[in-house]
Amino acid sequence: MMAAEVPTDMTGYIKHHLEHLSSGEGFYALHLDSIFFKLLLALIFVAIFIGTARRATAGVPGKLQCAVEMLVEYVATLVKETFHGNSRLIAPLAITIFCLTFLMNFMDMLPVDLLPFLAHHAGIEHLRVVPTADLSTTFGMAICVFLLIQYYGVKHKGVGGFFAEFVTVPFHADGVVGKILLAPPNLLLRLIEEGVRPVSLSLRLFGNMYAGELIFILIAAMTLNSSLASGMTYFMGPLQLIAGLLWTIFHILVITLQAFIFMMLTVVYLSMAAAKH
Amino acid sequence: MNITITLIIQGLALFLVAWGVMKWGWPLIMTAIETRQKTIADGLAAANRGQNSLEDAKLQALEIIREARTKATQIVDQANRRGGEMVEEARGTALAEGERMLDAARSSITTETARARGELRSQVGTLALAGAAQVLKREVDAKAHAQLLEDLSQRIAAG
Repeated sequence: MMAAEVPTDMTGYIKHHLEHLSSGEGFYALHLDSIFFKLLLALIFVAIFIGTARRATAGVPGKLQCAVEMLVEYVATLVKETFHGNSRLIAPLAITIFCLTFLMNFMDMLPVDLLPFLAHHAGIEHLRVVPTADLSTTFGMAICVFLLIQYYGVKHKGVGGFFAEFVTVPFHADGVVGKILLAPPNLLLRLIEEGVRPVSLSLRLFGNMYAGELIFILIAAMTLNSSLASGMTYFMGPLQLIAGLLWTIFHILVITLQAFIFMMLTVVYLSMAAAKH
Repeated sequence: MNITITLIIQGLALFLVAWGVMKWGWPLIMTAIETRQKTIADGLAAANRGQNSLEDAKLQALEIIREARTKATQIVDQANRRGGEMVEEARGTALAEGERMLDAARSSITTETARARGELRSQVGTLALAGAAQVLKREVDAKAHAQLLEDLSQRIAAG
């Protein structure tokens, strides 16, 4: 497949950058770039984490093991303070979410044109390298968390307790009539609450990363089509450098913070699901 | 930026990675951390115990040194006392011995004196007799006057 000509006007450039490498149409389209980079980063994470774990020694640890242990200990403490149930999955899930989200966000740190440029020469026309700037990715992760929330709810409260909570919380009533009267609003609130969680979880991460990526694209577009013969280039060039530098530095904070928020909210939601009222 | 079927793969991928981490990664790291923590805690406790026993040993050593010093002082005192006693004893013995020797010398002097006096007397008697015989010459019959001479010499010897 021969790559189509890359558009050279500003709008075309931006649009081109926001196009996924996909196969299929509509809802059934697979975003191959998001999937590829997520799996690649997952592989890197698994290789580092499980590789370190398998070589882990109780004696004097190496530098990599030290780094992994610091992270593990931090997350373990965080989970222990927040989640009061007994679960083997939550802490590993939290560290996976944090590391994987951070790595995916970190793809934003790479020069915005680098991988698409290489891909273009390899014959791939569209490529978006930040999986978390794809709503499908963040929503998929949020759905995964959502399902786990329901699972932990059932596991800790039993099927009866889990469904009883739908109609008895947050408004309590003593009489049978009161209970029946309060059931619909309770159910409504619960459904909204449950529905809002994955939406807010996924949109928060997506919005931050998408905006970040867009600003990188805009900064990159500052010198679009410029030539050494034009005076504007000598004004925009340094400006682009400064803007890119500042935004990259600021974005380091954002990608870490967003990964942390996703992890923290997951732990909080799961502990709420497991907590008895 | 539309939601597609991709989300199923992405969600599943997250779960599988988390599950893998839970299965093959997390417990190993935790075991390593906890084992090391225990080792360090044990080491610190052992160091503490060592410190304590060192303190004890120091106190014990001080106690032993103090006792030894007291004992040494006692021994020296005893030795001094015993020394003094021995000197005293030796002095007493020496004095007694001197006294004894003095007595012996004295008695020997007395005996010698008596013997010398006796000898002198008998010599004086003999001389007196010789003198008397010289004076009397023939008039003195040794046999007739033997009784007299004998009596004279005895009186000199006794006197």
